[in-house]
Amino acid sequence: MIIQIWQWLTAPEQWTGSRGIPTRLLEHLGFSALSLVLAAAIAIPLGLWSGHTGRGRAVVTGANAARAVPSLGLLFAVAMFVGPRISSNLAFVIPSVVVLVLLAIPPLLSGADSGVRSVDPAVRDAAYGMGMTGPEVLRQVELPCALPLLLSGVRAATLQVIATATIAAAVSLGGLGRYLIDGLAVNDYAQMAGGALLVAALALGVDGLLALTQGLLVSPGLTSRPSRPWRRSPSHSRHGKFPRSGGVAGGRGRVLAPAALTTHGRDLT
Amino acid sequence: MTWVWEHLGDIGGYAVSHALLAGIPLIVGLAIALPLGWLARRFPRAAPVVVGGSGLLYTIPSLALFILMPLVLGSRILDAINVYVAMTIYTVALLVRSVVDALGSVPESTALAATAMGYRRLGRALAVELPLAVPVLASGLRVAAVSNVSIVSVASLIGYPQLGYYLTDGYQRSFPLEIGVGIVGCVLLALLFDLTIRVGERLLTPWAHADTRREGRPSEGLVAR
Repeated sequence: MIIQIWQWLTAPEQWTGSRGIPTRLLEHLGFSALSLVLAAAIAIPLGLWSGHTGRGRAVVTGANAARAVPSLGLLFAVAMFVGPRISSNLAFVIPSVVVLVLLAIPPLLSGADSGVRSVDPAVRDAAYGMGMTGPEVLRQVELPCALPLLLSGVRAATLQVIATATIAAAVSLGGLGRYLIDGLAVNDYAQMAGGALLVAALALGVDGLLALTQGLLVSPGLTSRPSRPWRRSPSHSRHGKFPRSGGVAGGRGRVLAPAALTTHGRDLT
Repeated sequence: MTWVWEHLGDIGGYAVSHALLAGIPLIVGLAIALPLGWLARRFPRAAPVVVGGSGLLYTIPSLALFILMPLVLGSRILDAINVYVAMTIYTVALLVRSVVDALGSVPESTALAATAMGYRRLGRALAVELPLAVPVLASGLRVAAVSNVSIVSVASLIGYPQLGYYLTDGYQRSFPLEIGVGIVGCVLLALLFDLTIRVGERLLTPWAHADTRREGRPSEGLVAR
């Protein structure tokens, strides 16, 4: 079996043409990136605003509750209602992108919102005390301090989108999911498993890159401060280029997102 | 709506198998995650490997994991065991971090007091730390439960019967009501899991809901969050 999968993966026809792995990979990345950018443009400003002003919390809570809707159901429902209303050849693309955007919004929103909310009130007061205006506090103080949680939200949303883009092959979207769905249709396990390996590798690779980015972007001042009890656990110090200051409240831990946001953020698919 | 009444029996059957596919891995996953999380706290050097490694498993998209399972287990593609094992993997991936956080939420003074009273490490973990960790643990379990219910429906693409069947079948037949039944069924099931865990948490942590009028607020330090 493994040999057959290897043969499928290494066959020359898999690496060229519009059905080849490079094309499918680019499609997958393209749809995912497009959806993430659109979702981020909606959700991050909204989350920052709601965290900064303390208003609009109901939207964040509502978006989180909506996560209980199965992504597969959302995908099929939107594809069925939106698809026939679009006559161009985008009919297959737009419903999927709509769903990907919808699914990426809750983790981004709650990441931005809880990131700003978790900023130490003393830090915020000090910024106001120095004469900063509201927008300045948001941009220069709250945003950098919110980055760990905000970026955890981005990671969760990215995984969610990559996973759902795979499933979206069932409603005729391109991308690596095609191999899984098409292989299933013709009972070709080598193709399915080969595609599944590619999808898994893509998800792991993208998450690894984001983790590195997170380590580079987050201020070292945030990663080694003494923190609340649940952060004290000596957990999760993979990646991160800054020397650990050790000793502070078991301070090897980076500032971690509350459990609900890091891996948990991606709750569907 | 008549369609729903006519198919009520089928819907119930699919709901039960959906609940089993999501629920059994939840219990097995918790049983695996508890010792793993405890080990990660006991041996801090191993923690990044245990927590990070299990977290990596969660990044694998569900459809891909379902398809890869036969390769790992040597099972046939349509065996339900694929779904059970894949869901258990996801549950463990989510819960290990929760267990570590939950045990970390136990106040250090409490753990020290237990040691002073003569608890050995294992006894302390089981009799003192575990009960106090329940609130944080329960919130992790609720996330995992909702996640499981949603992910299980993806398995219908490969052909395991559960509520997700109504999603794929409804789409293929262009029958919105059927998709609606699938979605509502999944959401209700997720709510049911959520409610069950909340009730369980409440029963296991009587001190968190104790009558505060009698003695002021004696148990505040114990409420883990």
